Amino acid sequence: MRIIVIGAGAVGAACALALTEAGAEVIVVDRTGVAGETSSRCEGNILVSDKEPGAEALMAIEANRAWRELAARLDADRVPGQPATEFESKGGIVVAFPGGADALEEFATSQRGIGVRADVLDSAALREAEPHLSPEVALGVHYPDDAQVQPSLAAQAMMARARHLGAQLRIAEVTAGIVERDRVRGVQTTSGRIDADAVVNCVGPWAGDAAALFGSMLDIRPRRGTILVTAPMPQRVFHKVYDADYVGAVGSGDAALQTSTVVESTHGGTVLIGSSRERVGFSGEGLLAPLAEIADKATRLFPFLRDTMLLRTYYGFRPYAPDHLPAIGADARIAGLFHAAGHEGAGIGLAPTTGALIAHAVLGTPAPLDPTPFLPSRPTLQGVPA
Amino acid sequence: MSTVHITFDGERLSGREGQSIGGILLANGHRTWRTAAGSERGIFCGIGICQDCVVTVNGVEGVRACQRTACEGDAVEREERA
Repeated sequence: MRIIVIGAGAVGAACALALTEAGAEVIVVDRTGVAGETSSRCEGNILVSDKEPGAEALMAIEANRAWRELAARLDADRVPGQPATEFESKGGIVVAFPGGADALEEFATSQRGIGVRADVLDSAALREAEPHLSPEVALGVHYPDDAQVQPSLAAQAMMARARHLGAQLRIAEVTAGIVERDRVRGVQTTSGRIDADAVVNCVGPWAGDAAALFGSMLDIRPRRGTILVTAPMPQRVFHKVYDADYVGAVGSGDAALQTSTVVESTHGGTVLIGSSRERVGFSGEGLLAPLAEIADKATRLFPFLRDTMLLRTYYGFRPYAPDHLPAIGADARIAGLFHAAGHEGAGIGLAPTTGALIAHAVLGTPAPLDPTPFLPSRPTLQGVPA
Repeated sequence: MSTVHITFDGERLSGREGQSIGGILLANGHRTWRTAAGSERGIFCGIGICQDCVVTVNGVEGVRACQRTACEGDAVEREERA
């Protein structure tokens, strides 16, 4: 069976790897290359801490387990051209300022109910874990399972392994879907036609456009996120530390600018400071407002950042689904068309489990969890992106 | 040409007046002077862009060794990220 995967970001690479390992002939097509867009403009989060109990939280728990297994497997046996994933189980600490402590503690209790490890830190334990945190912080909850990869390297690692096992990567833009009697037959690209039995749409915030090429619909929209990068410094941030209001920003559907502080250090010594969410289409205009707001809030969490020099900033477009659940599985209309998109800020973290669900949908391999909540045929996604 | 003296983690080093801190470190046999997650960092771009060569100078962090002219008595320290 020949399968075309459109998009070589982390989700496309994970789908290509899962499908190749399940025995399919896989051709990945991307207009820029591996991790050329969303997957290289993010932080590489693998979080269980930021999701309220529900379908996506259960997927995050499974994906956390799957990433540990996948990163260990990939990094233990690197083929030529395959970088290390830089998987780091750094753990997350969610903090609340006075007034927000009760809500955070209740949230953590609800997460423990579905099996997430969430340990409330007393004041002394919090200072020991993050000594440079503002003394104003009232409560911290430690999530030891929160982890991270270097996202573009992780996507390259998955793609290199898939290619080693026989998958092909072609740099070309898909210009049309080939559909006969409501069944996919292949794609037209800028480098010619490719015939296939199935097509998997993994183009993140452009997934609605890709669905339209096949005469279908998928309501996935771009949501912009910006990040600040400091100059390298001795390590003062030891976990992924974020303000409890992040959970509200993730779950919100508001188009207007929302910011919530996320601070963490990298292997190279820089500190990454996020995060913002705003629906501005694919615009790169008006970045100063979110960057200024992020910087201001971050210094409230870590006062030492006031005297820190910034090296650069970057932004990317996350694939936003109106109901905040990724779209994974068969298209509602066109046989042989599948989608794996709409993960918003969780695409890196959910990638391996997304790959497994796609292999289940396309090839009938066992599903790692109930695929029903994520099916792209659900009514909320049957529209043209607004 | 006159000589300047600096210390690097307490070790006394000498260089020529007008030389950068990075130049003095290299001339005295040091190839790296920062640790980031176990890997050794030093001069990468050498022109002030990459920020890989930063050191602490007289208590001020994040000073680019390739750009900062050495002054008599500068106390230079290695920066570490475990």
